[in-house]
Amino acid sequence: MLLYAAGPEYGNGYSPVFAPPAMAWENGNSRKMATNGFTLAAAPEISEEAKAELELVNRAREGDATAFSSLIRQYEGKIFRLAMNITQNREDAEDVLQESFLKAYEHLDQFQGNSKFYTWVVRIAVNQALMKLRKRKSDRSVSLDEQIDTGEDTVVREIAAWDPDPEVQYSQKELNSILTDAIDGLLPIYRTVFTLRDVDGLSTEETADVLDLSVPAVKSRLLRARLQLRDRLTRFFKRKGDDAFAYM
Amino acid sequence: MTPLLTCKEFLAELSDFLDEQTDAEIKSKLERHISECPNCWVICDTTKKTISVYKGMKTCSIPEDVHARLMAAVERKAAAKKV
Repeated sequence: MLLYAAGPEYGNGYSPVFAPPAMAWENGNSRKMATNGFTLAAAPEISEEAKAELELVNRAREGDATAFSSLIRQYEGKIFRLAMNITQNREDAEDVLQESFLKAYEHLDQFQGNSKFYTWVVRIAVNQALMKLRKRKSDRSVSLDEQIDTGEDTVVREIAAWDPDPEVQYSQKELNSILTDAIDGLLPIYRTVFTLRDVDGLSTEETADVLDLSVPAVKSRLLRARLQLRDRLTRFFKRKGDDAFAYM
Repeated sequence: MTPLLTCKEFLAELSDFLDEQTDAEIKSKLERHISECPNCWVICDTTKKTISVYKGMKTCSIPEDVHARLMAAVERKAAAKKV
């Protein structure tokens, strides 16, 4: 069953980069579900936190608006930040936030509890954010799954030692601006992987799952993102008086 | 004696090294490389700090008006579902 992959949203010349959420749980690995909600006993290994989250999802599915509001409150900040990082546009990010939670609400019955609720919603959000980018510009760099192994991106340009705690030289506002600008300078493929893996703290495997990429592809993009950000931050964080730039 | 890694080989393993996902043999080669290569030591140290500074980035609470519009949209959807 393909719920919305074949919709007009994908009719822009690109094939969907990610499988829509509905497909991810049709691989035969799904836990058995009760007719109404999850049978928690079928997943004895999950944490208390995950159980509480599943309870919220079950209640939301039964029409409890407060339960879905709790899920929104828990994750809206992270989803909005991710959407801002990908789209680099507040209006688009707000659209992505709304569309993601609305789609999640609409398709709650497809969430089977095999993953965290956040990774399920974030998968929808990444799809929505990339669609925004594609609509805004014909940019091949928006695709996450193309081969990018040029080797150019792992070139290290600036080598200078940093202060031990470089961030303390800046106010929180200045620091946020430096970090956000550095991420904004990355290609979408890199900033998406980096945000999920290093800012949101998803595992490499979860990031691969959310983006429908292989684990090696995530690792390769993550390395490039980290090195490019390191390069960009060096100009702000290098030790004072240390101008010994070198090239590799 | 195991051969020294090149800087390029070191860079290729850097992410796994920082994520502590390398096996013991590779890890020891990487540690030996940074103990002898000042450039790679700096790259390793500053990449580690890059990750750490982003991990410490606080999730800003989303603007109240954005939150309010989101909740209103969900309520409209919920109401439509009930009809």
